[in-house]
Amino acid sequence: MSKATPFSKILIANRGEIALRVQRSARELGYRTVAVYSSADRDARHALEADQAVCIGEALPAQSYLNIDNIIDAARRAGADAVHPGYGFLAENPALARACADAGLVFIGPSAEAIEAMGHKARAKLLMEQAGVPCVPGYQGQDQSEQRLHREADDIGYPVMIKATAGGGGRGMRLVESTGTFLEALASARSEAQSAFGDPEVILEKAIVEPRHVEIQVVADRHGKALHFGERDCSVQRRHQKVVEEAPSPAVDQALREQMGETAVRAVQAIGYEGAGTLEFLLDGEGRFYFMEMNTRLQVEHPVTEAITGIDLVALQLRVAAGEPLALEQDDIGFRGHAIEVRLCAESPRQGFMPQSGTLVRWRAPRTLRVDSALQDGAEVPPFYDSMVAKLIAWGENRDEARRRLATGLEELVALGVETNQGFLARCLRDPVFAAGEATTAFVEQRQADLLHQDEEHGQQLQALAAALLYLTDRGAGSARSGLSSRLPLIVRYQLRDEDGAATLTRMQADRLQVVIEDVTTEFGLLGCTADGARLECGGVVETVPLERRGDVLHFLHGGEGYSVTDRTYAAAAQGAADGGDGRVRASMNGRLVSVAVREGQRVEAGEAVLTLEAMKMEHVHRAGVGGVVSVISAAEGDQVAAGRVLVEIEADASEESKPE
Amino acid sequence: MAVLETQVSSADATFRENRAGMEALLTRLRSVEQRTRDKSAAAKGRFEKRGQLLPRERVALVLDPGAPFLELATLAGYGMDNPDPEKTIPGGGNIAGIGYVRGVRCMILATDSGIDAGAAQPMGLDKVLRVQELALENKLPYVQLVESAGANLLKYRVEEFILGGSSFRNLARLSAAGLPVVTVTHGSSTAGGAYQTGLSDYIIMVRGRSKAFLAGPPLLKAATGEEATDEELGGAEMHTTLSGLGDYLAEDDRDALRLVRDIMGKLDWNRDIPAAVAEPAPPPRYDGEELLGIMPMDHKRPVDMKEVIARIVDDSDFLEFGANYGPATVCGQARIEGMALGIITNNGPIDPAGATKATHFIQACCQSRTPILYLNNTTGFIVGKDYEQAGIIKHGSKMIQAVTNATVPQITLYCGASFGAGNYGMCGRGFHPRFCFSWPNAKTAVMGGEQAARTMSIVTESAAKRRGQEVDRAALEDLEGRIIDTFEKQMDVFATSGRLLDDGVIDPRDTRGVIAYVLSICREAEQRQTQPMQFSVARP
Repeated sequence: MSKATPFSKILIANRGEIALRVQRSARELGYRTVAVYSSADRDARHALEADQAVCIGEALPAQSYLNIDNIIDAARRAGADAVHPGYGFLAENPALARACADAGLVFIGPSAEAIEAMGHKARAKLLMEQAGVPCVPGYQGQDQSEQRLHREADDIGYPVMIKATAGGGGRGMRLVESTGTFLEALASARSEAQSAFGDPEVILEKAIVEPRHVEIQVVADRHGKALHFGERDCSVQRRHQKVVEEAPSPAVDQALREQMGETAVRAVQAIGYEGAGTLEFLLDGEGRFYFMEMNTRLQVEHPVTEAITGIDLVALQLRVAAGEPLALEQDDIGFRGHAIEVRLCAESPRQGFMPQSGTLVRWRAPRTLRVDSALQDGAEVPPFYDSMVAKLIAWGENRDEARRRLATGLEELVALGVETNQGFLARCLRDPVFAAGEATTAFVEQRQADLLHQDEEHGQQLQALAAALLYLTDRGAGSARSGLSSRLPLIVRYQLRDEDGAATLTRMQADRLQVVIEDVTTEFGLLGCTADGARLECGGVVETVPLERRGDVLHFLHGGEGYSVTDRTYAAAAQGAADGGDGRVRASMNGRLVSVAVREGQRVEAGEAVLTLEAMKMEHVHRAGVGGVVSVISAAEGDQVAAGRVLVEIEADASEESKPE
Repeated sequence: MAVLETQVSSADATFRENRAGMEALLTRLRSVEQRTRDKSAAAKGRFEKRGQLLPRERVALVLDPGAPFLELATLAGYGMDNPDPEKTIPGGGNIAGIGYVRGVRCMILATDSGIDAGAAQPMGLDKVLRVQELALENKLPYVQLVESAGANLLKYRVEEFILGGSSFRNLARLSAAGLPVVTVTHGSSTAGGAYQTGLSDYIIMVRGRSKAFLAGPPLLKAATGEEATDEELGGAEMHTTLSGLGDYLAEDDRDALRLVRDIMGKLDWNRDIPAAVAEPAPPPRYDGEELLGIMPMDHKRPVDMKEVIARIVDDSDFLEFGANYGPATVCGQARIEGMALGIITNNGPIDPAGATKATHFIQACCQSRTPILYLNNTTGFIVGKDYEQAGIIKHGSKMIQAVTNATVPQITLYCGASFGAGNYGMCGRGFHPRFCFSWPNAKTAVMGGEQAARTMSIVTESAAKRRGQEVDRAALEDLEGRIIDTFEKQMDVFATSGRLLDDGVIDPRDTRGVIAYVLSICREAEQRQTQPMQFSVARP
């Protein structure tokens, strides 16, 4: 396999920022690009910006980005002769690599065999042990009986980690603190592994307590040369998914770097690996590192390595895939400064990081950072794919500079319309533990309170601001002439994120607005609205608040975080009484009372059938609007009744009394 | 371009004195208005308990947030409920103004039911009739937020009952003129008041709160012996399901106001009105804030009214008409917010040349369909042998004829004195200007108080002299004092505005905004195609 495999047109079997990232390097090297897209991504940037684009199916990944046949067919239609898988989706599925080979397409990545070997955790570990790579003590045997696994766990010593052999992304993983809880954890890990990967097989590993996650980037050509590009530290994770990544690691010195790098190079050479790959290690407090797994693809966090080495890793992937020998020597690879990346995700940190979707109405990336994204004003964030929507990367002469730049850039980032982890990320970067370079994989959990918490004063100011902005951006405000705006107290009701609130707004002067929320008064000076946002003064300080209003919903940036507030001032009132919420069952139309299903004094539940009316040759069942006791039945079976007439009255249970009198 | 120059300096002692006087008057005005608001807001607890919004909260909610709202006649009935200036609660028991509801400029009238449960207050009926007239003349849809306990039977006056019919007549006229009448019955609308609801094109009733019946339970029992509940006789559910008096059933006040907004939003009311000019008009070159320091508190001191014009018109650009002919009467053309207008004002008494020039100017404005703004600052038509012989009466009459029969919108602003027939020549309230506002220092009278007192003294002295009697100096002084007092009390803006002799008192600094607003109302009315009908929209 040392012959050249030239190609000229690359199909990128991916979406989002990574598809654009690959397009960029491909173009620079003179390749034409073909995008694939699902029906949900028809207007997505990766599809629009490629030379050609092919629809490969419906929105669900299984019907599009995971459908190998459709992808190979797309390559054939567009005349592509190479396929770059990006990361995620099919990047580590040997079937794609194999299908490419079968179709005569160059797969930009390692061989199917290498992917397969590294994809199987137990096999990978065995191979690595054979190559002299230190591994976490554990058990990866064929005997999957409960007794054997339990005995092995006892031998390894607790805490022990149970991992699904075919696993990834934290699924099928369980941490077991003691022998007593082992069997229970095993059962749940297996059932999760079965449902997620269709394979209940697990391995056991000694759990390294509060380790750092340090990984080594390697690239190997098909001529036997392999190079490492230093390490990345990805210790800041939540639920086993990386959030902040940096290079170099604050915990790795030059000697350790060389030691880990040489180990990694030795490993990939031992298995005849080709292309870019990453070996992930756990690093304990004493500088011992253990092989965890190898990723046989480009990593999400590759930009931090690019930032400190000045090397385009995607370009290297393309060269290696074309059969070119690596033109670099290990000594050519130098490291300068420090780089940190954060993953901006459409998710709600305050709701357990629940993924969010919707329309990103406004997107302004800070100019001071490298931002890899496929976003733009009006970009859709579909619910079908990974929640990561952008990566922000800062470089600095030293770690503090990079950190400061990134945190400030994050706070300036305007990403409105879909909730993101923007504020959470900035707080991570500014956290004293992270600032000191001491974050381990336990960081997010340990610092959660501070990372998620907003103080009360912030909350009050935020609400006042939200109410003021709703007022200022109302369509009516646009027609305001100086001095003539109504000075009457306006009660604005709103829903800020998920919480309902009410504020009384009074225009004090032409350019001053008073906002009162539950006896807390905030005053704003109104300096005007521009295309960028509203310019407001509060407490003597003037700031421009970036915002975007769509109908009743206003999106704005405050304190480095995007918020959405909905104007509920004119929301239709709940038709409580209309459907019998006042305890009265009324004739819905003129008709004949056919039957009464209750008697006076009887208890009924809300929604229970009370009577039936016949009108227009149809029977209409009337139900109780509230639960309670039937107090009055004012009509008898057979009566002709008029629409709106109260037929049954129910004395509602005290707690359900909704209408104050 | 004819940009006005200015002599006004805010550092000047006279300026500062004038400003201090004007600020004191503004403070008094705002505190009187605030007293009414506070009185109404004191009912908050009662309203909240019933799940209701206060009247001003209702008005604020029906209006487009932040949009202009020109409140009218806030001083109506000043001193009539209670002669003590520290205790009177003016406003006529209702809140009225022109504002936007879903982009539709409307006349809003809300019962101020925080006060006396919305019972009629002095000048309340006159205020209603005036705002109805404004709505008709300016083709404004009419929004009523009704909640009235009706008339206080202890204060029954037959003429108010009889003339009150005019307000119902006007509702029928508005509807027939093609102007939608939208009503929320927030609470009671009973007996005669029931027609305030009944004569509306769109009626929104509030569940559990609306009450509209000719006779409530007590009166019904007294009249026929029948017993029935409020709900049965006039509740929202009854009216929206059985009688058909109500068109929309709202869950609460807020919901009702939302419905008003929804109704207005669905009218497509502005379909024929061209979108506003995109290019912003150049503001005046001089600070409008300085309008506070131009008018002297003593109306006998002369003022150059061009200093006022320089602070309200676009780019301070004023093309004076016949500047050297009858120069005490100033006429000229300008624009405000891009809208052309003719301005007539006074730098001295109106003399024959001034009267004839003004007549000519009014007719020229009518020829070019240019609205006219009268900035009143006049002690009247000039008197004296020479002027009488020059025919001041006939020239003044000509001017009054022109004002009366002008075919363009005329807007009157009392900036200072408006005395004698000068008030007529300068389109005083009697001449039905489309809008009429006052500054807080305005004085309106047949003549100055001292002048009147002096006149009486001379008449009395000469009568005594004819009879050969000695003049009683003390009695004469007492007489003079009483006359001055009578005149001063009635020429004051609180008295005149309280009697609805204008549409409201404005802060001089808001002048440009207010004039622009009413000019655009006039312009819109001219452009608007309405669908007049022989009869009003009738309920089924």
